[in-house]
Amino acid sequence: MLQFFAGSQFITSMELGLLYGLVALALYISFGLLNIADLSTDGCFTLGCAVGASLTVAGHPFLAVPAAMAAGVLSGYVTSFLQTKLGVEPILAGIIVNTGLYTINFLAMGSSSNLNVFGSDTIFSLAKKVSKAKWYKKTYTLMILLVIVLAICIILHWFLNTTLGLSIRATGDNENMVRASSINPGFTITVGLCIASSLTALSGCLLAQYQKSCDINFGTGQVTIALASLMIGQTLIRRGPIFVRTIGVILGSCLYRLIVAIAMKFNMPAEFLKLASAIIVTAAIVIPYAKQKVSFYRRRMSRKAAN
Amino acid sequence: MEYMLQIENVTKTFNPGTVNEKTALRNVSLNMKRGDFATIVGSNGAGKSTLFNAITGAFFTDNGKIILDGEDITFKKEHLRSRDIGHLFQDPLMGTAPHMTIEENMSLAYLKASYHRKSLFSSITKKDKEFFRTQLAQLHMGLEDRMDNPVGLLSGGQRQALTLVMATMVTPKILLLDEHTAALDPATADKVLELTRKVVSDNHLTCLMVTHNMHQALEIGNRTLMMYNGTIILDKQGQERASMSVEDLLEQFSIQAGKELDNDRILLSGKVEK
Repeated sequence: MLQFFAGSQFITSMELGLLYGLVALALYISFGLLNIADLSTDGCFTLGCAVGASLTVAGHPFLAVPAAMAAGVLSGYVTSFLQTKLGVEPILAGIIVNTGLYTINFLAMGSSSNLNVFGSDTIFSLAKKVSKAKWYKKTYTLMILLVIVLAICIILHWFLNTTLGLSIRATGDNENMVRASSINPGFTITVGLCIASSLTALSGCLLAQYQKSCDINFGTGQVTIALASLMIGQTLIRRGPIFVRTIGVILGSCLYRLIVAIAMKFNMPAEFLKLASAIIVTAAIVIPYAKQKVSFYRRRMSRKAAN
Repeated sequence: MEYMLQIENVTKTFNPGTVNEKTALRNVSLNMKRGDFATIVGSNGAGKSTLFNAITGAFFTDNGKIILDGEDITFKKEHLRSRDIGHLFQDPLMGTAPHMTIEENMSLAYLKASYHRKSLFSSITKKDKEFFRTQLAQLHMGLEDRMDNPVGLLSGGQRQALTLVMATMVTPKILLLDEHTAALDPATADKVLELTRKVVSDNHLTCLMVTHNMHQALEIGNRTLMMYNGTIILDKQGQERASMSVEDLLEQFSIQAGKELDNDRILLSGKVEK
């Protein structure tokens, strides 16, 4: 078993953990801070994937990243416009955008339900050429992803401590207080959702370049996995400076991927993966609650024994 | 400008035309001079909180005008009005964000002022943090040592005191206190009231305070208002107010309330009683 931690599968799990961790970060903003269940995450992920893949195929792997993020911002803007200006229930707004994005993603991939990036230069393939060292060849993907994720965490730490960032954090906590602090909560929700969606799209774009393909169904189930990662992360790290909390979320994502990889080691048929994921997600969310119950039960038992 | 706050003939009806129709404010007019500290008493449902909500802009009035420091704010949005208005509620949990620390809450209140925030992206400096510390120190509650604690861990009285500090850190044009000590134990209520008095007099604030305590209504501030059924039925200041006792106030109240009651009796029994 210990061999596992040195093996390439461990590194792959970490890479996926970092990559998908961006979606968990997006949910940290929309669900953790703004208290909004944003169900457009699935569609937005595929949007980032589609835009990223299209631009990479067209020969612009570096441009693909900001382009995908911009697409994510648009998606987030539409979702928040529905909620703040048109009075649509937040959950419905997410579902509406998710549904509409299906067609848009299809169009973004050139009216096709999948897009092959194999053969085009990606940021990973370009980075591979930088050095010939053996350790580099094993870890360059991990390093690129690590740099991107750390940069995002640092930027988030700075941003969430500015006026706008503080008001976004307060909006999910006490919306009236935001209004009393002379800031429009509709505006903070819009900015928060745009940022969250851009992170989701970024994750999709990186996946397109990582797996060298894009499929219309790549986004399905992302919100559930990201939520599980977020829950695991928050169980690990709940308080502290923003940077520490965002690292916690990423760790949660990596841990989730690790657990899935270990579960896969038991040679399950592919169909069982979904059930295994569901069980892992439940366990992640229930463990803190169960810990409380166990300690309560223990205290009760010891008091009964004392009497 | 001579008057800080002018409310002219403001009316507000909720749910017009339905079975829940309630005229909360009927043709209310009020002029507050700079530095006036008025207490408001009245039964529940008299329209005191509604009047405050009309001033802060939680809704737009049906007709009438509201002028704050010479500016017509009748149709100004709530979050734009709040720059100049401080509003405290009876519920001590309403003024602060529980998952954020004391320091972060104060930062938000501090950055309310446009002269403190250069842009949406300005952060709090060490100097600002020192300022927060001195502001909290005047409460003598030990909060300045707990600035990294989430506000949710504080007691109701501490949260209300913090909300008061936050509302007055950036001097507002008018301070609205809606029974802000009602949910606190007597000792903490006294502390918060003392702080209120001090803050209002130090900054020469114009202040409206709702209270159910008749003694407070006559002792605190320089003006007493009484509301009933959406109108202001009593407005005493100066000598008139000084010569009023609590019994006089209660008598005024029952006379006004009794008048309403008499009308009902007329309707129900068909007799006119003296």
